[in-house]
Amino acid sequence: MATIKKFLYVNRKPPHGTIYAQESLEVVLIGAAFDQDVSLAFIDDGVYQLLRNQNTSGIGTKNFSKTYGALGDYDVNKIYVERESLELRGLGNDELIPLTYEDEDDDWAEKDSIHVMSSEELADIIDSQDVILSF
Amino acid sequence: MKFGILVNEGPYTHQASDTAYHFTEAALENGHTIVRVFFYHDGVNNGTRLGVPPQDDRNITTRWTALAEKYDLDMVLCVAAAQRRGVLDADEAKRAGKDTNNMAPGFNISGLGQLVEAGIQSDRLVVFGD
Repeated sequence: MATIKKFLYVNRKPPHGTIYAQESLEVVLIGAAFDQDVSLAFIDDGVYQLLRNQNTSGIGTKNFSKTYGALGDYDVNKIYVERESLELRGLGNDELIPLTYEDEDDDWAEKDSIHVMSSEELADIIDSQDVILSF
Repeated sequence: MKFGILVNEGPYTHQASDTAYHFTEAALENGHTIVRVFFYHDGVNNGTRLGVPPQDDRNITTRWTALAEKYDLDMVLCVAAAQRRGVLDADEAKRAGKDTNNMAPGFNISGLGQLVEAGIQSDRLVVFGD
């Protein structure tokens, strides 16, 4: 049987200004083909990556934020957002892109992929991973 | 122990590539295995053979090349990140209609799958970046 490891992609940087967020998302999408147990964490300025209604026309870069909506189709449905990072930036859950997936074990019911949690809870999740890619 | 190495920053601006190099060299000298060194983001710029740093400074690229030759190290530049930034091997340069290539010896160009595979095959994947 092929090895299945727990992969966590930690996103710490804002979506624009540097390319880290965009190229991190590219790894996640390519990595999905490897059938691993994948989670994403958004902390610090990384929470800005999930803001809805992003518009990059003023800076002339690619608005890759639309791609996050495809994660559910790639079976990437464990997306953890640190509550403290949101609060420090005055952001509410309703300002995030509503990411969902269809649960094949529950008659394809549509469920939320985003889980907002405390840094303490997130620390436990980070602790339980096999591979952590930090961008 | 089997290590995978990810280098996310280019040479000279950040210390990440230097630190990754020293870690990799120390691991190999102490009998550990390096599954792969994968270069991503600006890290692909470590693989250009056209850098000419001053003679009283280290040459980060030739140092990686020498380490790869000594230990038969697998060093991979992400193809998408490398193409974006103009680090091309002979095949990629030809395909893109460019008049030259610039990839240093000891490096290979391949896909992001090689990074995920390194994560699966190694005991620890160590990320060097900003």
